[in-house]
Amino acid sequence: MKNKRDLILSAILLIVLFGASWFANSELDSYIRRIVNLCLIYAIIGLSMNVTNGFAGQFSLGQAGFMAIGAYTVGIFTVPVELRANVFYAVPMNPFIADIQMPVWLALIVGGLLAALVAFLIGTPVLRLRGDYLAIATLGFSEIIRICITNASSFTNGALGIKDIPPLNDVRYIFVVTAITFVFIAALINSSYGRAFKAIREDEIAAEAMGINLYKHKCLAFMISAFFAGIGGGLYGTLLGTVDPKNFLFTLTYNFLLIIVLGGMGSITGSMLGAIIVTAGLEYLRIFDEPLKLFGTMIPLFRPGFRMVMFSALLMACVLFWRHGIMGTREITWSKLIAFCKNPIGFFKRKGAAQ
Amino acid sequence: MKNILKTKAMTMQFGGVTAVNALEIEINEHEIVALIGPNGAGKTTAFNMITGVYTPTNGAVIYTDAEGQECNITGMKPSEIAKIGIARTFQNIRLFKDLSVYENVIIAKHLHLKSDFMSATLHMPWYNKEQAKAEEKVEELLKKVDLWDMREEKASSLPYGKQRRLEIVRALATEPRLLLLDEPAAGMNPKETDELTVFIKQIRQEYNLTVFMIEHHMELVMEISDRIYVLDFGETIAKGSTEEIQNNKRVIEAYLGVDEDA
Ligand SMILES: Nc1ncnc2c1ncn2[C@@H]1O[C@H](COP(=O)(O)OP(=O)(O)OP(=O)(O)O)[C@@H](O)[C@H]1O
Ligand SMILES: [Mg+2]
Repeated sequence: MKNKRDLILSAILLIVLFGASWFANSELDSYIRRIVNLCLIYAIIGLSMNVTNGFAGQFSLGQAGFMAIGAYTVGIFTVPVELRANVFYAVPMNPFIADIQMPVWLALIVGGLLAALVAFLIGTPVLRLRGDYLAIATLGFSEIIRICITNASSFTNGALGIKDIPPLNDVRYIFVVTAITFVFIAALINSSYGRAFKAIREDEIAAEAMGINLYKHKCLAFMISAFFAGIGGGLYGTLLGTVDPKNFLFTLTYNFLLIIVLGGMGSITGSMLGAIIVTAGLEYLRIFDEPLKLFGTMIPLFRPGFRMVMFSALLMACVLFWRHGIMGTREITWSKLIAFCKNPIGFFKRKGAAQ
Repeated sequence: MKNILKTKAMTMQFGGVTAVNALEIEINEHEIVALIGPNGAGKTTAFNMITGVYTPTNGAVIYTDAEGQECNITGMKPSEIAKIGIARTFQNIRLFKDLSVYENVIIAKHLHLKSDFMSATLHMPWYNKEQAKAEEKVEELLKKVDLWDMREEKASSLPYGKQRRLEIVRALATEPRLLLLDEPAAGMNPKETDELTVFIKQIRQEYNLTVFMIEHHMELVMEISDRIYVLDFGETIAKGSTEEIQNNKRVIEAYLGVDEDA
């Protein structure tokens, strides 16, 4: 049976990749390891964003806010109790939480659940909106979350941020979380609920006429998306070691927008590809931030910040000229891979003919 | 004859425009009833009120469910109305264009799903069982209506007539008792229209359906309808059997008359 074959192959791939993450963790230097981790974390958040934007077709830009919730939960609850007075030196930590310390995995889950809860609360007013209005509203809420965090000093240490978060620069750990996210979202998309999401994306009125409760399903998609963004945000916090409201400006969301647009809205394998390309690309683009001398003259544009200009230009070009990204709504499947390996040239020819 | 749907003084106003005024319709089980009238008469608006897309500004929609219980469905959500057994198609085909024929139809089975979100996502055994049953039903349905061979194709890539048929099949997959068709023959050539006529009769018989249909194509209407309602500028100007309508003066003036001159 095809299904069984695919399951076995996927399991083998996961094991191989886990082995690779083990190798990466022990053999690579910390700089490369950091990039690999960032890539995995971006993949989690890209996947989460694809649930709302790519599958349910709801253009939401709230990812940075949900990440902040996850990152702060991890920050607040994993800093060792004895170090907290040192971190919260301006305003002492709220006594309710001052003695609660959690292991990272628990803080990640709590952060994800909190993000989902906030998504549920925001969802009621916001999910009635469509298209651009929804994008603006979610962007606004993401900023509101950030501003609340800035002002809740006794919980979050306000603008000073939380430092001394125990670092987790462990590729294996982050790989496992990414793999769980990927498998969960792939299973969701291949379930009846996932198809209901796609129906809403294709045509809300028809979906409703087919018995799909719009609000319930949009809210579900929004909450699942927020949950994984919270988890990803929590991991991001441990990777940074400090969290500070400025880390979660709404511009952070654009990274993930680029990932899903580039990879293909509505393709989970596309999101993985997108995450790899964007993270590696952002590192590579660092050459634009360094002064550059060509034929003895300084090229004036090359200075810190120019990287982000290039990044924005890429995002714009992508949205304007390449709306379907690498994968569109297609997926890389085992059947396609096998067909490709058997006959690489014929594979593309046949596809070309079919289109 | 048991009643399945009636509207009581159902009215829809858009600002100052009365699109449908005090419409009184009664449909009995297993009937095929047509709703006709010139463009802009308010036919689609009537459908939209019955299926919950619009809430009538006045009047009520009463549905008799399978247990013979009368329920007031005025202002209910479209998704709830689909669940109690009323399915519809749209005047401008509204398929899930980028999805396959198969996906289009199996999505209509979602409303019967009892498994919650988590058991579905984690593919728990009870969900898999439910899903296998739904897949079986979809396969049977698609084979019966000659769409099985095209199940992998994108809905938007089907020829026009097949798209219309697929939309009806998708509505059928919700397992309705009452099927509302908004201009099912629009844009079809004579051959496709003939096939559609046979198809509607066939599904009515096979699934014990009641059909309520908006249609401009008079030959089709006269051939398959048991009764006809005629709207003009939101007013019900006639109702009755096909002969009664064909001989009705007001109808000829408002509607058929235009046809004869043209
Ligand atoms: N959402 C709306 N807002 C304002 N006016 C509307 C709306 N929907 C329909 N109308 C108006 O109501 C009237 C009836 O429209 P409706 O679509 O019901 O006509 P119809 O009988 O289905 O016509 P056709 O045969 O062209 O499909 C028209 O004058 C139309 O402009
Ligand atoms: Mg109409």
